[in-house]
Amino acid sequence: MTAAPDRPRPGTGDPSAARPVLDAAAISRVIDRMAHELLEKTGGASDVVLLGIPTRGVTLARRLAARVFAFEGHTLPTGSLDITLYRDDLRLKSPRALEETDVPVDGIDGKLVVLADDVLFSGRTVRAALDALADLGRPRAVQLAVLVDRGHRELPIRADYVGKNIPTSLREAVHVQLTEHDGTDAVLLGPAAVTTT
Amino acid sequence: MKRHLLSAADLTAEDALLVLDTAEELAQVSARTVKKLPTLRGRTVVNLFFEDSTRTKTSFELAAKRLSADVITFAAKGSSVSKGETLKDTALTLEAMGADAVVIRHSWSGAPVNLASTIRGSVVNAGDGTHEHPTQALLDVFTMRQKLGRVEGLKVTIVGDILHSRVARSNVLLLKTLGADVTLVAPPTLLPVGVDSWPAAYSYDLDSVLPKSDVVMMLRVQRERMGAAYFPSSREYSRRYGLDVDRVSQLQDHTIVMHPGPMVRGMEIASEVADGLRSTIVDQVANGVSVRMAVLYLLLGGSESAIGSASSGASPDGAVE
Repeated sequence: MTAAPDRPRPGTGDPSAARPVLDAAAISRVIDRMAHELLEKTGGASDVVLLGIPTRGVTLARRLAARVFAFEGHTLPTGSLDITLYRDDLRLKSPRALEETDVPVDGIDGKLVVLADDVLFSGRTVRAALDALADLGRPRAVQLAVLVDRGHRELPIRADYVGKNIPTSLREAVHVQLTEHDGTDAVLLGPAAVTTT
Repeated sequence: MKRHLLSAADLTAEDALLVLDTAEELAQVSARTVKKLPTLRGRTVVNLFFEDSTRTKTSFELAAKRLSADVITFAAKGSSVSKGETLKDTALTLEAMGADAVVIRHSWSGAPVNLASTIRGSVVNAGDGTHEHPTQALLDVFTMRQKLGRVEGLKVTIVGDILHSRVARSNVLLLKTLGADVTLVAPPTLLPVGVDSWPAAYSYDLDSVLPKSDVVMMLRVQRERMGAAYFPSSREYSRRYGLDVDRVSQLQDHTIVMHPGPMVRGMEIASEVADGLRSTIVDQVANGVSVRMAVLYLLLGGSESAIGSASSGASPDGAVE
């Protein structure tokens, strides 16, 4: 999934024309802080389940879990939640291939689910994720962690843990690059691709 | 624009793998408490069954319902078809009611192709005469991949009434696309004319082929399609081409035994074999729902189909194909 997975509007531009906003060291510090915030806000994260939204949200969830383990020696159940089948723009384009949904064996009933995604934009992905969660069980509460909040919400949704707020124009695209997928850690801001939709 | 699934030959290897991967994810839904996805909400799927079927009909119905589509199931008995309505008129009626997809089973080979040129919606072939049954081939291949981890390079032996079998035709085409080696085994009378031109080997001798097989797929002898005697007696057929316990003992350890159903126990397959550890018959039924969900999602889930063939006839909305 791209850094701006939500809408058929300003698409992903060309990362080579983009300027860096966060470099690898900054991303690592940001994820450390988010892990601390998560521990603080959830009182030790004892009943937290981390669910990443593919693809880079899953990586963010894994990294948060790794940092929580490093700080407190506590392993958070971590999984992935594909929201493709719950999207509200399915009919606007050709059907997409599904990503993996992998919910930790103990499920999510009564747990504090923390959704993780790379970029928060319109909020439509998160809306879809909330619907998907409801079909999987009944969490005690749901929170949201994002690496970048770029604004332009179209739904009443906010994040509980934000790596970095990046004010953007709709003519811009945010590219999150993570080593596991892109060979490097960086957040770039560049011009949006011209879309025909 | 692609929008139908009429033949296994419509699917490129890429298409087929997309269906299989999608089905794998969708299979998880069947294990959940809420077995429902909102994906096809507001779409209408019509099941048009002109021929008896339990498995395929319920499987398609369940698949469409799990994706939240509205489903209407027509059986030929009890519909206007028994009053002499033609296929075309039935189709136009359904179209006027707003069917987004029609799943059709018909005793005429080619009925789905005919329908596809008549209506605007997607057409899914759920078995036409002795021609094809593409979703059965997809679920068979899905089951092979699930049990053996791959399809490419597998040695698949299909045994029995190849002449009348749409399952065999679709499987041969799809397995060829995905790189498996197929051998057909049947008495000469039950092999179709022109079998030499099929992308498969054939043999009359089951025992020589069994030890080399990774998959053995048994087919039912379709007496309802037979106007004449194709073999001397059931007993003789069963002795030469039936899969019994002795024959199963010749198989390699990993070899699986498949049957598309309905099976005739004691004829093409012994009861002990059908219920045995190698048998995937029940898995095939369960996988059928996941595979059909995947097909319906990929045909109907977006603005245009991700798989399948273009319409052979009139193009709706003047769309350029």
